[in-house]
Amino acid sequence: MSDFKEISYNGLWKQNPGVVQLLGLCPTLAVTTSVVNGVSLGLATALVMAASNGAVSPVRKFVPDEIRVPVFILVIAALVTVIDLTIHGFAEPLHKVLGIFIPLIVVNCIVLARVESFAAKNPPAPAMWDGFMMGLGLTIVLAILGGMREVIGKGTLFSGLDLALGPQFKQFVVTIIPDYHGFLLAILPPGAFLGLACLIAFRNWAEQRKSNPAPQAGGALKPAH
Amino acid sequence: MSERIFQHTRKTALTLIAFAFVFTTLLAYVFQITKAPIAKAEAEARLALFRQIVPESMHDNDLLKDSITIAPNDLLGNKQASIANRAYLNDRPAAVILEVIAHDGYSGDIKLLIAIRADGTISGVRVLTHKETPGLGDYIDIAKGNWIKLFDNESLTKTSEQNWKVKKDGGLFDYMAGATITPRAVVKAVHQALQYFEANKQALFA
Repeated sequence: MSDFKEISYNGLWKQNPGVVQLLGLCPTLAVTTSVVNGVSLGLATALVMAASNGAVSPVRKFVPDEIRVPVFILVIAALVTVIDLTIHGFAEPLHKVLGIFIPLIVVNCIVLARVESFAAKNPPAPAMWDGFMMGLGLTIVLAILGGMREVIGKGTLFSGLDLALGPQFKQFVVTIIPDYHGFLLAILPPGAFLGLACLIAFRNWAEQRKSNPAPQAGGALKPAH
Repeated sequence: MSERIFQHTRKTALTLIAFAFVFTTLLAYVFQITKAPIAKAEAEARLALFRQIVPESMHDNDLLKDSITIAPNDLLGNKQASIANRAYLNDRPAAVILEVIAHDGYSGDIKLLIAIRADGTISGVRVLTHKETPGLGDYIDIAKGNWIKLFDNESLTKTSEQNWKVKKDGGLFDYMAGATITPRAVVKAVHQALQYFEANKQALFA
């Protein structure tokens, strides 16, 4: 497997930040009340991760070991603020929804973890790819979790798309279950824990099946000698 | 040996300063270029909210620009000076938009925006921020229900003093079962805002 392919595989499946490394759970659990919220925060995180990995990697040899953490935090905080200001200026309603969680990307462990464990040791191109793929892996988890909670909790999909992309996208909001009165548990924080648990269980199950395939039919009945 | 430590420390400090400088510059630059769009977006969001409670046909002035600062008052529930925006039609007072805080919600303050016409009737009420229980008390939010529209065209003369309560307390205002505290707080806050308006009408449009 080539380098880039392996990085993608790591980010999306093997080392997925959402369901394997379990890093950055605070936003994962808090904002995933709908697909749009989950994807928006996920993409913002992916962007920050790609940018911070890309910014740290070229200067990794000039940063003395003692100050590497302050420097990394400085880089990440600056980039997050840039994204926060941009979203505030150009997608005000989305900013209202994601609110505090954008600035909080700074303290999302997954960002610093990838800078420290990957970007500080690898050249810029793979480092950026790693940041982006890890972010994308997180985005996918946030999207699925958001989708589950939204369908179960509100009976819709893609609600709030107009907030992110503009009023003309309102028509894309899908009502899965018409005249649904909502299932509050899914929207409240416990629903996030339950949903994430299901995702982790599913991933473990899939991984287990892959590593030892189900025995052939009849194989289980082999008489013991 | 001490010479080497000194050199190393200096190099470390300079590196940190260099990074701080570069990224502060970047931030300052981004702040400058996003300042105008952010101010514009916020003004637009505010105006969109005003539009819901003061229809365009009711005024011909710039709502955002025509504002006065009013002193904190117990009837408004605020401890700091707040902004009131005024609507005029043909230079005659049409309505005033007050920011009101209800402290007795179920969890935390409920911030309201109340538009009162010059004749003392309510043009509209909207919830700005609240922390009421999702699914129970959050129907006061226009995004979750039409309850808040009950106040449209209400006034101190239309509904008498003792009827400015939720039905459970012997008043006229409907509420949804399971969450009485939230609407009770909102009804009280709106009632008090009307009383404030009656007492300070002259000053508000001065």
